[in-house]
Parts: sequence; C-alpha cells; structure tokens
Amino acid sequence: MTIDLVHYLTVSAILFTIGVLGIFLNRRNVIIILMSIELILLAVNINFVAFSAYLHDVQGQIMAMFVLTVAAAEAAVGLAILVTFFRNRGDIAVDDASMMKG
Amino acid sequence: MDYHLALSLALPETIIAVSSLLILVFGAFRGDKGMVSISALCGVALIAAAFAAAFAQPGTAFSGAFVLDGVAQFAKVAIYIAALFIIVLGQGYFDRLGARRFEFPILILLATLGMSMMVSAGDLISLYVGLELQSLALYVLAAFRRDDAKSSEAGLKYFVLGALSSGLLLYGASLIYGFAGSMNFHAIALSASTNLNVGLIFGLVFLICGLAFKVSAAPFHMWTPDVYEGAPTPVVAFFAGAPKFAAMVLFARVLQTGFESQVEQWRQVILVLAVLSFVVGALGGLMQKDIKRLLAYSSISNMGYALLAIAAGAVGIPALLLFFVLYMVDTLGLFTVQMALSRKGEPVTRIDQLAGLAKSNMPLTVVITILALSVLGMPPFGGFWAKYFVFGAAISAGLWWFAAAGLVASVVAAFYYLRIIKLMWFDAPVGEVDKSPAETRWIAYAAAAFSFPGVIIFLIYAYPLAQSAAQGFGH
Repeated sequence: MTIDLVHYLTVSAILFTIGVLGIFLNRRNVIIILMSIELILLAVNINFVAFSAYLHDVQGQIMAMFVLTVAAAEAAVGLAILVTFFRNRGDIAVDDASMMKG
Repeated sequence: MDYHLALSLALPETIIAVSSLLILVFGAFRGDKGMVSISALCGVALIAAAFAAAFAQPGTAFSGAFVLDGVAQFAKVAIYIAALFIIVLGQGYFDRLGARRFEFPILILLATLGMSMMVSAGDLISLYVGLELQSLALYVLAAFRRDDAKSSEAGLKYFVLGALSSGLLLYGASLIYGFAGSMNFHAIALSASTNLNVGLIFGLVFLICGLAFKVSAAPFHMWTPDVYEGAPTPVVAFFAGAPKFAAMVLFARVLQTGFESQVEQWRQVILVLAVLSFVVGALGGLMQKDIKRLLAYSSISNMGYALLAIAAGAVGIPALLLFFVLYMVDTLGLFTVQMALSRKGEPVTRIDQLAGLAKSNMPLTVVITILALSVLGMPPFGGFWAKYFVFGAAISAGLWWFAAAGLVASVVAAFYYLRIIKLMWFDAPVGEVDKSPAETRWIAYAAAAFSFPGVIIFLIYAYPLAQSAAQGFGH
C-alpha cells in the first residue's frame, strides 16, 4: 500500500479534531489546553508539509517553519500567563477561571 | 524587484520593528523608572511610521507577500494614531497604580507592528505571521497587571480562545494552500475561479471562523465581555479599536482579493455573522451592570455593522474605513472617561455608580452624553455618520433587509445608552467623584469635540480620501 495525500490529510484531520475536543471537553487542567493547542498546530503542520510535497512547492514547508516558531513563542507566552494566574489563585483548574460571568 | 525598493515600501514596519528592539534594549538598562522616556520614544517611532505610511508610494513587495495600497495606508495611519493615544493613557494609568512597567509601550509597539503587517498581508504566510505577532503581544497586555486576579484570568481566557482561533484559521489556511496550490491571494483567486472545490470552501469557512474570533463577531464573541472586564482599561481601549480595524481590513482583503469571484459563497456566511452580532450585541448589553462589559457588547454589535460593510463588497470598503475611524474615536473616548472617573481612589466600574454624575462633574457628564449619543447613532454625531455610510453601502449592494435588521438592532441598543444618560442627569447622586487626571480629561474632551463638530471637518477631508484609497482594492 502506498501512502498518498489522503492518508496524511486524514491523520491531520483526526489530530486536529482531538486537539479541538481536548480544549472543550477538558474541565480539569489548563496545561492540557496548552497541549491541545500544540496538537492543533502540529496537525496543521502535517497538512502543510503533505501539500508541499504533493504540489512540489516549497512555500508550504516555509510556512511549517513559521508555524513551529510561532508555536514555541505561543507556548512561552501561555505558560507565563499561566504562572501569573497560578500565583494569584493558587490553582490552575479550568473551572476556577470564573471570577467574571454574565 | 530589488530589495531596496521592497524595503522602502515596508518603511513604516521597518521603523517600528527596529525602534522597538532598540527601545527594549534601552529599557533593559534604564528599568521601570525610565518609563516616561521610553513611552516618549515609542510615540516618536509611531509618529515617524505614520508619516512614512502616509507619504509612501503604493506598490507590492517581497514576491506579493506585502501589499501597500490606499486602504493599507489609511488603516496604518489610523492604527498608529490610536496606539499613540493608548501609550499616553497607559503611562498615566500605570503611574497612578504604582505599577510602572517599561514593557507596556514596547508591547503596544509590537502589537502595532503585527497589525500593520496584517493590513498589508498579500499571502497566507504574512497573514499568519502578522496576526500572531499582534495576538501574542495582546495576550501579554491583557494579563499586564500581574498582581490582579481578574487581569490574569482575562489574559488566560484571551490566550486560550485566541490560540484556538489561530489554530482554526491556520487549518483553513492549510486547506486553501493545498487545494489552490499557492499562498498568494491573487493565485488563490485564479485557482478558485477556475476550479472551486470542497476543500477550498472548507478552508475558507475555517479561515472566516478564525478571523471572526479575532474581531469578536457573534457567535465567536464569548471571550469579549470577560476580557474587557478583566484587562487593564487602557489595554481594553486598545483592544476595542485598532486590532479589530486591522483584522477587518485583513478580512476584507482575503475575501475580496483571494475569493473575489466567489462573492455569493462567502457573502451569506458574513451576513449571518453580521446579523448574529447585531442581535447578540444589542440584547446582551441590556442586562449588563458593569461599564466595560456593556462596552464589550456594544463593540460586538458594532462589529456586525463592519461585517455588513464587508458583505457589501467593493462599495463597502470606503464605508468600512470611515466607520472604523469614527468608531475608534467613540470607544477611545468612552474608555477614557471610565479611566477618568473614580470615587475615593476606587475606579467607577458599575453603571449605577454613574447616577447623578451631572451634579458632581458636569464636563465629563456632557462628554459621556455626547459619546453615548454618538455610539447609538444620533445625528449629527460621529457614530451616526459611521452607520450612515455602512447602511448606504449595504443598500447600494442590494442588502436591504440586512440594513433594516441593523437599524432595528441599533434602536434596541439605544436603550442602554439612553439609560446611562438618564442615570447621570436625573437620578439622585451617589456621592462626589474625585478630580480626574489631566490627560484622561483632555483626551475625553477631544474625543467628544471630534464626535461633534470635529466630525464634519474630518469628513470633508476624509470622505474623498477614503473613496480614493478604496480604488482598486483587491486588484
């Protein structure tokens, strides 16, 4: 069996869905949300690289490098915000982030 | 095209990028006590960039990744000026709080750089990088008061939902790239007009969802009230105007350049978002007790009007530009007034605390009245003209029913502005307010004076400017 574009797109769609569901179904821990965000970005990267190979076009791989860089920056900023949140509240449960409602 | 010419087109971005890095190094040596001089330097950089943007020759650079046209120039100048006011307001706000941080003006500068990349984006790579540069700086700004639980909660919520929306947008971008075979908007348009397939439509829908999150259009608006309530007020005044302007211009550019022959496909999606935003903004605002949450719902319904201008197509572009300038002045004024009001050192945050304000601070009461009348769309104030241009564009594009829906929603929304006016002028006072800080007072007066009569003089010059800026947009 040869692995063609459809297989890559399917894997990436599954990973993307797991990532999105991970954000919405998880009620326990904000760290899990950060992991889900990384999963979404990596799913997108699989898409870009697969398309890039399929189209014989280098732009997709350039984009994948940018996405990796931004994902690292995003994780750094996200963890920094999480640290300030933890210092103020002493907990990082998702249900706790509910001071403001309405 | 040679590199020198390409760089000269991106001169405003180059100025901001280089100066923000230099100022950051300067700040690292001076520390927080140097915040005044750092704010001043950032202001100078923004003014220089605004001049560079205003007098640049339009063109395309970096193999089509960077587009400088009339719309981009107009938006850039407006965004830089808005950022300038926020730096002034933030300086005073954090000073009085005793929480000076020299990073504040630099983060504003970096967010502005992201926005100016967004309005000039010519392909999916520059779209994504600009958007993320803006968003990452704004996440930090939302959580800027590190010792305040509400501020860090606002930052966390904004971060999680913002990162999710970036993920959706990026997934859409990857599908568009794969099925159109190129990152460039013009190449995408060419491919979409000859071979429109399901993959492209899917990608477009994901991209629209991601951008709708960024402009807080319903049903992707749920982060807005919480972030507005929790984040520091000067930051919220920034959120409400400039980033949304940049995202809307980006929205218009993606749809009208990349998918110009598929108007019928995306117009329905945009119209659904617009109508939902009117309705959610108008009804959601009725129950609010907090001033900043109320303004959040007001901004959601205003994003509906901006989306209506985008749905109108090419005729809507000048309306979009004028709408955003007038809207940014009104929201900047309203948030500034909120910063100007305090009672025994405690900021006034709830609407009922405004009761009887006319007895203790007449000038600010007049300012709030003018700005509230303006936002609700009363002629001859600025907000009326903003809505007038948008509805005019929608009607000339044949979107009668949607313009009528917008009109009904703005009548419903008028209720909560009129309630504020009634509270201030006719209700029993709840106590004296403190003397307001000088810079907030003057910016509030200036916003009210712009709203009327300044808007008339502004429109005489800006209306032809917006018309000529929008010429050839998307081609």
